[in-house]
Amino acid sequence: MIRSDAPVLLEIRDLQARVEDKAILKGVNLTVRAGEIHAVMGRNGSGKSTLSKVLAGHPAYTVTGGSVTYRGDNLLELDPEQRARIGVFLGFQYPVEIPGVSNLEFLRVATNARRGEKGEEELDTFAFEDLVRERLKVVQMDPAFLERSVNEGFSGGEKKRNEILQMALLEPVVAILDETDSGLDIDALRIVAGGVNQLAGPDNATLLITHYQRLLDAITPDYVHVMAAGRILRTGGKELALELEQRGYDWVDEELAALEAAGDRTPVEVG
Amino acid sequence: MSSAQAVGDLVSQPYKYGFVTDIETEKIAKGLSEDVVRLISSKKQEPDFLLDFRLRAYRQWLQMQEPDWASLGYPPIDYQNIIYYAAPKQQAKKASLDEVDPKLLETFDKLGIPLSEQKRLSNVAVDAVFDSVSIATTYKEKLAEHGVIFCSISEAVKEHPELIERYLGTVVASNDNYFAALNSAVFSDGSFVFIPKGVDCPMELSTYFRINSGDTGQFERTLIVAEEGASVSYLEGCTAPMFDTNQLHAAVVELVALDDASIKYSTVQNWYAGDENGVGGIYNFVTKRGHCRGDRSHISWTQVETGSAITWKYPSCVLQGADSVGEFYSVALTNNCQQADTGTKMIHVGPRSRSTIVSKGISAGRSSNSYRGLVQIGPKAVGARNYSQCDSMLIGDRAAANTYPYIRSQQPQSAVEHEASTCRISEDQLFYLQSRGIGLEEAVSMMVSGFCRDVFNQLPMEFAAEADKLLALKLEGSVG
Repeated sequence: MIRSDAPVLLEIRDLQARVEDKAILKGVNLTVRAGEIHAVMGRNGSGKSTLSKVLAGHPAYTVTGGSVTYRGDNLLELDPEQRARIGVFLGFQYPVEIPGVSNLEFLRVATNARRGEKGEEELDTFAFEDLVRERLKVVQMDPAFLERSVNEGFSGGEKKRNEILQMALLEPVVAILDETDSGLDIDALRIVAGGVNQLAGPDNATLLITHYQRLLDAITPDYVHVMAAGRILRTGGKELALELEQRGYDWVDEELAALEAAGDRTPVEVG
Repeated sequence: MSSAQAVGDLVSQPYKYGFVTDIETEKIAKGLSEDVVRLISSKKQEPDFLLDFRLRAYRQWLQMQEPDWASLGYPPIDYQNIIYYAAPKQQAKKASLDEVDPKLLETFDKLGIPLSEQKRLSNVAVDAVFDSVSIATTYKEKLAEHGVIFCSISEAVKEHPELIERYLGTVVASNDNYFAALNSAVFSDGSFVFIPKGVDCPMELSTYFRINSGDTGQFERTLIVAEEGASVSYLEGCTAPMFDTNQLHAAVVELVALDDASIKYSTVQNWYAGDENGVGGIYNFVTKRGHCRGDRSHISWTQVETGSAITWKYPSCVLQGADSVGEFYSVALTNNCQQADTGTKMIHVGPRSRSTIVSKGISAGRSSNSYRGLVQIGPKAVGARNYSQCDSMLIGDRAAANTYPYIRSQQPQSAVEHEASTCRISEDQLFYLQSRGIGLEEAVSMMVSGFCRDVFNQLPMEFAAEADKLLALKLEGSVG
């Protein structure tokens, strides 16, 4: 849902970042307003996963230039846990397993960290169980997963559902979902996409990082951005994704080569 | 700052129990000789059988060599530079707590072990040992109503000499090993527990050991006997002040379980571990062994080892009775320059005896943490079974973890299973938790306590939360 008067939640300006000595992001610009769903597409290695990790504050990535403001504040100076508490959520492409840590307890501690930041009271075990059972419905998840260790022995689809369950509990303002569709069969994809759609509202925004069009059949984006070589090369509406689906990514390479030959580094706005 | 570095910083935290109580102490001169052994025995007005026991042990000790097979490195211990007896100056043992030196009560208060009537833990009887002597035992009368004897071993020698003579040294012989021999010669105090036939001890029993003097060794001796069908749960805790010298602690614990008896022995060991450069700290050389003497008897060891510069400790079970059960659950955390070589021995003698070993080692800093265990199945142990699980967790990249499992079986109709794993807290796991709003310290502590859960579940409920907190504290520190 696009409203030009909606408040800006995330403002990314000329963002540059590297991992070890390799520059990955080379000037990303993106403005996300409340109520919007953005899809960031691109080939492997285009920098789209890096963008999500930099926004969440992964320590392996170093920001070398540019800025990111979240609701007007400098996001980049905050620790990862602080970003999460104020409403930035990263749904992982490969959620890690944490043996020995109960999923239920993990979800409760995380939920309370976010609630504390919002000035809401902490939920005790019983109140939290009520909440989590209600939110399980969003992803049609079996309560038995609560009793297990975080992601341990979960299938790919179960891990992704667990990510969306966390999103349902944390009620983020900006949710960044990194390749949430990868490794999902068609039923799991439908459930996960259904969860994302239920959670999207006029006061929050979603950034979908994806390689394929198929997720966008289930979640309709307001904007589609194509990333290549660490930049957003093109921005368009949902039809841009369909174009990518039909023409593949080869034309992106051509366009990129042409731009570089011309020495032009500014992204092309297509509207 | 990288999170590996942050984790490194996390594991350095000040030791809370490092204070010294300023109290007048009666000490004997440094050094060990036959005269010192006689002096200790006479100070305690012991019967002849005990003096003979001590002297025999001393002579055996003189013939023995300090063991060097453990993965531990430390400078030679000068046994002539240690004080073998130190006691706060007061009349031997007070009839009532009101007469105990308030400084001593205050010390235990500060350690979180209130002894006074109003504040004491409601379902735990405590024997408080300060340097070489027991200063108070709570709830003695209430326990006596059930026929349970819980007192210091010195008191037991005076009041129940026949029980001491019958059981002392029958599980750990005076010449069992170098440190056990030393303890047998010079042991000063410790606890004695006797649960008569058919009695289920109505409360948790606990001994709290406190070393206060700087140049004193502590050599306590604990003996627990559960008669037929009796059961008891016992917990020991330990702390010491911070000194820049090393203090020797060489304890012996003996457990005897007769037919259908059950003893659960839990330890939370938090002796001073030395500073971050490895200066100071306790040398902890302990012999603990349980004897499942009766059929269907059950002995369970649970230990949470977080302190000491050096830990050398193998709480073991001799499973003599048919269908007897031995268990060992251990968490050993080492940080900075701490070294631990710890594990268990399960000696299966009786038919269908069963044992379980669950060991969790956590190494941080530059520490070294070794599990060393023996499972031995004797020729008569038909149908014996053992299950062992040894897991190690590494924090940072300078710590070491080793596992040395020894299995010897002389009985083909038996089953021994061993599983081992090593993991490292990864940057990605920490980032995952952080990205859900959980701070770095809490993230590490959640993972460590998750890793230890199987063991903490074995602790008496009152102490499981304490152990969790203690570990969190050990891993707490300034981030950033």
